[in-house]
Amino acid sequence: MSTIATVPDSKTPSGPLEQKWEQHRAESKVVSPANKRNFDVIVVGSGLAGASAAATLAELGYGVKCFCFQDSPRRAHSIAAQGGINAAKNYQNDGDSVYRLFYDTIKGGDFRSREANVYRLAEVSALIIDQCVAQGVPFAREYGGLLANRSFGGSLVSRTFYARGQTGQQLLLGAYQALARQIGLGTVKMFSRTEMLDLVLIDGHAKGIVVRNLVTGEISSHAADAVILATGGYSNVFFLSTNARGCNVSATYRAYKRGALFANPCYTQIHPTCIPVSGSYQSKLTLMSESLRNDGRVWAPKTKGDNRPPAQIPEAERDYYLERKYPSYGNLAPRDIASRSAKEVCDEGRGVGPGGLGVYLDFAEAIQRSSEKTIRERYGNLFDMYYNITGENAYKAPMRIYPAVHYTMGGLWVDYNLMSSIPGLHVLGEANFSDHGANRLGASALMQGLADGYFVIPYTLGNYLATQMGEKTSSDRPEFKVAEEEAQRQTHKLLSIKGKKSAAAFHQELGLLVWEKCGMTRSKKSLEEALQKIPALREEFWENLNVPGSSQDFNQNLEYAGRVADFFEFAELMCLDAYERNESCGGHFRVEYQTKEGEALRNDDEFCHVAAWGFNGVDKRPTRNVEPLVFEKIKPAQRSYK
Amino acid sequence: MNFKLKIWRQTSINTSGQFVNYEAKEIPKEASFLEMLDIVNESLIRKNEEPIAFDSDCREGICGTCSLVINGIPHGKGKAKTTCQLYMRRFKDGETIWVEPFRAAAFPILKDLTVDRNAFERIIESGGFISVRAGSAPDANSVPIGKVEADLAMEAAACIGCGACVAACPNSSAMLFVAAKLSHLGILPQGQPERQRRVVNMVHTMDEQGFGNCTNHYECEAVCPAEISASFIARLNRDYAVYTAKEAATVA
Repeated sequence: MSTIATVPDSKTPSGPLEQKWEQHRAESKVVSPANKRNFDVIVVGSGLAGASAAATLAELGYGVKCFCFQDSPRRAHSIAAQGGINAAKNYQNDGDSVYRLFYDTIKGGDFRSREANVYRLAEVSALIIDQCVAQGVPFAREYGGLLANRSFGGSLVSRTFYARGQTGQQLLLGAYQALARQIGLGTVKMFSRTEMLDLVLIDGHAKGIVVRNLVTGEISSHAADAVILATGGYSNVFFLSTNARGCNVSATYRAYKRGALFANPCYTQIHPTCIPVSGSYQSKLTLMSESLRNDGRVWAPKTKGDNRPPAQIPEAERDYYLERKYPSYGNLAPRDIASRSAKEVCDEGRGVGPGGLGVYLDFAEAIQRSSEKTIRERYGNLFDMYYNITGENAYKAPMRIYPAVHYTMGGLWVDYNLMSSIPGLHVLGEANFSDHGANRLGASALMQGLADGYFVIPYTLGNYLATQMGEKTSSDRPEFKVAEEEAQRQTHKLLSIKGKKSAAAFHQELGLLVWEKCGMTRSKKSLEEALQKIPALREEFWENLNVPGSSQDFNQNLEYAGRVADFFEFAELMCLDAYERNESCGGHFRVEYQTKEGEALRNDDEFCHVAAWGFNGVDKRPTRNVEPLVFEKIKPAQRSYK
Repeated sequence: MNFKLKIWRQTSINTSGQFVNYEAKEIPKEASFLEMLDIVNESLIRKNEEPIAFDSDCREGICGTCSLVINGIPHGKGKAKTTCQLYMRRFKDGETIWVEPFRAAAFPILKDLTVDRNAFERIIESGGFISVRAGSAPDANSVPIGKVEADLAMEAAACIGCGACVAACPNSSAMLFVAAKLSHLGILPQGQPERQRRVVNMVHTMDEQGFGNCTNHYECEAVCPAEISASFIARLNRDYAVYTAKEAATVA
């Protein structure tokens, strides 16, 4: 076991759970309007969390600089979220409440998140819906003109607000438009096609960043009084995921290398219904909404290597394995269970489609029961999407699906103020670790991103800034020059190797390795293998990489190589965290720790804590710090889906 | 599958470009168009040549990052899809494929197939929003909105801001993009207080940014991945006529 130290104070307010946030706001320091003008804040990332934070802080009077690698802040990956956003509005009169949303989220996270943070999230959820509707987000409505809701996994009430299958897009456009308004007013200065390369600390405080202009290649420094990272998750460490191609771990990982603690990196979420991989050329995976499992039946052939077309496999030779193993939940078993079961079937050699990595999702019975028209009304756009990608008609033959990585619960450690272990560095949205524990429920990611940006950071940032009166920093400080030179050196190093393999080839190799060893299931043995192979592969990367072109140019391969370099170091941290967490919880399934029914077996005595890792050097073992999780309100219990 | 590619190469914003011939060999028919370009780029890297620059991100048709004019059509053939959702099985084996960037004076070419679409940002910044400070919103159900209006607003709001409408238009007009945003916000009750200034400011910014006018070719609607209806342009024209007349009357 590595060294155990205790993380910094989580700053969780004392007092009853229901009053913590109200009391904290009352006690938080407020910066006067005249002083707000004198403070500059850097926001990296322009997704739901970044755009909402940048816009809101500018509305309050701070000077904001916002950075994104995309060509427009409107293109951040939040845009791809389909399903919806949860809020405890109780518009359906079905018994929802702040407490119920809090309870569902804590339970969904398998009792590995901080009670106070989750309760606050549930409290502010209702405000988000008000804010978005006022901005013109066209949520689905009923004929009476009021807002519609749908139900979602892990919940017994209907509390999910949605805008067709484009909820993420519409919420992001709302935040983007609020941001655009501030850019037009001159209160936010926007830097698109600009990537953060390093975090700059002055006297131990985060006071700026070093960035590269992706079009001109110019490296420059930006100083501020506080830095906010809202740079998303690290699913792309697996190479294939449902994340956008550009999503990366670089900003948070480089902050980690500067001293920010990285919490629970092994908590990754695998979504059960994605279109399977069809070949090594493939660049990304596409999610098919989970709602399909309401009508589709999941099956695989009973016999190994049975490659007859599905229509020729008689009923008796099919294994409807979810219905068999989980008679009460059946095809609606939770995400982690459904994903793992599909893997088991394929590992036994019963998978279907190219490479044997797929199972059937069959609508024949549903079409017979209702009609093709009914199914078309419910899922028409998804069937069209499936046809467009695979060329197969799912009304006639079953869909093929396979699980894929699509969200990461781990992230930089933050306290109740969303400040990391580096003073002044704040982390929002998927980039932090705080609210989803070991597993995120559907329709909760959008809620958390906007909660952090619109309703938490505007209150908590003052607690830090109030301590920084008169501490103005400029990018002329030598610390910035040192960081810039380091960034230049790294860039030149990547370009000067002139080896034989592309960044994509290395990324693919790394991704496959961590997917096999630290994916849906993990074991002591598989993680030991990964921890042995990653450093060797990383060494090869630095000896045999080829990046054509120059640094003084729009060089997409150079950007990519830099991100892959960070994935190579981060992958090791993720596997180490998985190795040290000797229990199964949520998305982290260690085969050694399961009930006799094959469910995740937590070890609350030893692992009811956050593991927050501290960097000690690339080839040195990081320090595993521990923040105990205290449950005052809810008693952790075994989840059951039988 | 094998293809002959004629791809626009241009080293920077300040240089001129030309078509260069490439061979795409042994492409699986399941590959997407961008994955085909990925394969070509991998082969260029192996030869130590500079890969072809093109934009893409989500690769599931929603972020609006990918562009490309393929055989003369923005986002290539087929209805209601972006380039990233175009698959090689739709092409004939051995076919010659022409690949160009989106072309418009307001979208300067940065490199090869990538363009600068910041002109769209300026248009949204000039009025494409509803001014509402975080924390000041009334309860979400305090203003009922009829389902028909809400659905119509959603249809306009579906625009992904890719710019295909501009690339398809003989006048390089951005009217479909602007009309979509004006309709989305102008249909909803929340968007009424700023409706007049929004219409006037966004249309003026659109002109300043160098986009042309609409002369009813409907090419924009034909290529739009989000199937935004050109009828929203009629709504824009009506609002613009009414509000500029109103402004003129106020000045007089």
